[in-house]
Amino acid sequence: MLDFIQQLVSGVALGCVYGLIALGVVLIYKTTEVVNFAQGDLMMLGGFFAYTFIGILGLNYWLGFALAVAAMALVGMLVERLLVRPILGFPQFAIVMATIGLGFFLRSIAGMIWGTDDLKIDTPFSNGVVKFGDLVLADDKLSVIVATLILCLVLYLFFNKTRLGTAMRGTSENMLAAYYMGIPVKRVVSLVWAISAMVAACAGVLLAPITFIHSNVGLALGLASFPAAVLGGFGSIPGAVVGGIIIGVLQTLAGFYMAEGWKSVFPYIILLGVLLLKPEGLFGALGRKKV
Amino acid sequence: MTSLFKVENLSLQFGGLKAVDDVTFDVQKGEVFTIIGPNGAGKTSIFNLISRLYNPTAGRLFFDGQDITQLPAHKIAQLGIARTFQNIELFENASLLSNLLVGRHCHSRTQLWQEMLFLPNVKRAEREHRMQVEEVIEFLDLQAYRDKLIAGLPYGVRKVTEVARALCSKPKLILLDEPSSGLNVEETDDMSFWIRDIKNDLGITVLMVEHDMSLVRRVSDRVLALNYGRVLALGTADEVQRHPDVVAAYLGT
Amino acid sequence: MRFVFKTNYDQDIRLFQHAGQMWTYLALFAVLLVAPAVVSSYMLSQLVFVFIYALVGVSLMILVGFTGQASLGHAAFLAIGAYTAAFMQAHGYTFATYFLLAGVLTGIVGLLVGFPALRLHGIYLLIATISFSFIIEELLARWESVTNGNEGMRVKTLELFGMEIGRNSDYFYYLCLGVLTVTIIVTLNIMRSPTGRAFIAVRDSETAARSMGVDIAATKVRAFGLSAAITGFAGALFAHKMTFLSPEMFTLQLSIEFIMVIIIGGSLGLHGAILGAIFIIMIDPLLTLLKDDVPLLIGSLAQAFGAGSERVKALEDGTQALTSTAGLKGVIYGLIIMLFILFEPFGLYGRWLKIKLFFQMFPLYKKSTFKRQKVYVKSERNR
Repeated sequence: MLDFIQQLVSGVALGCVYGLIALGVVLIYKTTEVVNFAQGDLMMLGGFFAYTFIGILGLNYWLGFALAVAAMALVGMLVERLLVRPILGFPQFAIVMATIGLGFFLRSIAGMIWGTDDLKIDTPFSNGVVKFGDLVLADDKLSVIVATLILCLVLYLFFNKTRLGTAMRGTSENMLAAYYMGIPVKRVVSLVWAISAMVAACAGVLLAPITFIHSNVGLALGLASFPAAVLGGFGSIPGAVVGGIIIGVLQTLAGFYMAEGWKSVFPYIILLGVLLLKPEGLFGALGRKKV
Repeated sequence: MTSLFKVENLSLQFGGLKAVDDVTFDVQKGEVFTIIGPNGAGKTSIFNLISRLYNPTAGRLFFDGQDITQLPAHKIAQLGIARTFQNIELFENASLLSNLLVGRHCHSRTQLWQEMLFLPNVKRAEREHRMQVEEVIEFLDLQAYRDKLIAGLPYGVRKVTEVARALCSKPKLILLDEPSSGLNVEETDDMSFWIRDIKNDLGITVLMVEHDMSLVRRVSDRVLALNYGRVLALGTADEVQRHPDVVAAYLGT
Repeated sequence: MRFVFKTNYDQDIRLFQHAGQMWTYLALFAVLLVAPAVVSSYMLSQLVFVFIYALVGVSLMILVGFTGQASLGHAAFLAIGAYTAAFMQAHGYTFATYFLLAGVLTGIVGLLVGFPALRLHGIYLLIATISFSFIIEELLARWESVTNGNEGMRVKTLELFGMEIGRNSDYFYYLCLGVLTVTIIVTLNIMRSPTGRAFIAVRDSETAARSMGVDIAATKVRAFGLSAAITGFAGALFAHKMTFLSPEMFTLQLSIEFIMVIIIGGSLGLHGAILGAIFIIMIDPLLTLLKDDVPLLIGSLAQAFGAGSERVKALEDGTQALTSTAGLKGVIYGLIIMLFILFEPFGLYGRWLKIKLFFQMFPLYKKSTFKRQKVYVKSERNR
């Protein structure tokens, strides 16, 4: 039973990381209908930035964290401006391929700059544990869970309580109409990319004590976050996080209780199942074209 | 006159909304039958039900005495029902010619393996398709655009291409969904002549949804007025236009 | 400018629209026939890879370019073809048998993938094919009795008509050329038949296609089956070319490379698949060239501008270090994908068409002929 709970907690932690990446993907998809396959790589880049600020420059963890997030916001806006804006409105497949190309590019650049060794940063959560009787839970995993909860709350408040958040929701409903209504669509889209890059950076920094920082970490986690997004309905932000947690838990349990090999493909098996049985996911709705 | 197409107690419900509510009518062979009604009256929904893109909540559809309510959408064309779309649904990145050739699809009998080798029977069939298509091109004056990509054609030509594609399948019944929407006065005139020609020369029965009352009066034999999915009136264009319920629906009460 | 006067319907139905076209392609084919006698063995080997990639390119053109169904799972189809061939060859079947079966079996798997794919479109389909490809990759690693797992599997030398055909021999080159030529002709035949037009119809408007009597399900499944089968044939050739198979050869990265073939080539026609394959395969020799020559070039340039010998040496070393970094290929791939989508959305073949049209229409050419229309209303969410 203890084993099970421990696995459950690591599963939830892993799932939160999926959820955070999926959240970024969904955020961008909702506003611009662009599916960002490079979201995992943005997360990876966030980790490397944090490593640079904390590990190399020796800054305080929280300061380094903040700087990494700020730097990633810039990267997100840059990507939007240089890559996404010129091709917005093109067929979806072209845009998706562009983001796949971006992922390729970021991965290789990161490998060239920071090398291909596994890097680690010291964090306040690195080796600590919390004990509940016999149950021992690692701080790093708990920190991911807590941070995800906080981020979700902040985003929820942002989207529902602020003017800018409302503008973003308007843009996501209908970009053209939003534009005519005087919403600065370009700025909004740019900001959405910044926000989702920031969320990705948070995920990257939080993940750092759990896995190593490596240029390939983004690909695997980024792709595995798609099952989360789809399970959540691909368009629902709470759905993405819930989907991420479900996938994370099931994957971890599969890794623990099932034969070797199941763990890595388990998210994809779930994904195929969801796509075939309930393509609208848990929280989504599929539209239908009018003729 | 015999009945070619019959709709019996047709209903379609989206959630709480009754888009089509217990509609019954029949279309005689060789007539132009027009459905009119304000926006949201359920006209296009009826078309979508006939071409089996939607499943009716209740009611039945008969074509040539055959119950087609349960047929899959792609079987409808084979029976001899072709349609056009209100917001043009052409194959944008193909030439006009191949668009029209797709209209012949329901008549193609060749197997994939024969097509891979392009056996003589495929070639024969292609020639036959091509001949039929050329006749339609001639009929609708589309010669100038034959090899052009649809994406670059003006709106009026696309509208005509839609009709042409439908005609290529040699239908017995053609469904025209707002054939004049977006056309200027001259193009609308052309369209009205073509609709008459389709009826008189080609002997094809026309079921049409249309807003432009002048066009409706010029070509229709009978008119059905709908509002909120329900039948208001049925008769000649003038009768329907004078019907108090129809006047009320358009002008408000 | 050439005016083609059409006097006969057959002119549109024929494989070649006019005599000039036929002679051009025959000449190209003749050049390819004599190539082994002329080019270096390294180039010949690269050409074989071009043929194999072009085969996959053609298969993707059918599925993605013509039918509009996205796939990032073609590495898995290639793997199925390759492993089938290798496994059957090891069990003593002749080339003709296992080559055909590699195609047929992969085609059947393609059909099986196609059926569930019917309910999906666009992004969902893309994600589903990626998942399929991951599952196949894992299966190859785990099904050790057949695939020998992660240790990999040796492929014996190809034997045809009692003759051993080595991976670098001229005969193997001709075999690949032959398979590619036949595939292209078959594909062209399909594209000028009802099935091919149905593909296009499904791509451009499913609703209209259905109303015209096109069975959407059958058409999509056929496209999947055909595409997979061609990739399966390519896989059998690939197995013999590589002589060694292991699961990590068939990763997502390979699928992306395949998609790059049609992005670079352009999805306007089969030409794109060929041009794209040439481009992708020739990146490698170009990179080698870059590694060897560019540092020296920069060095001599610096010298010409009067830099001291120490500076020159430092510059040379610097560029050397940069061009030999492991990640360079990835960077270049990523850049190529992004730049092509940004600036050359119709690919190399599109560029060729533009240049051709420019000279034909001179001085009346207008840029907007090829302009892509942007759509800002949410369209692809609803289908």
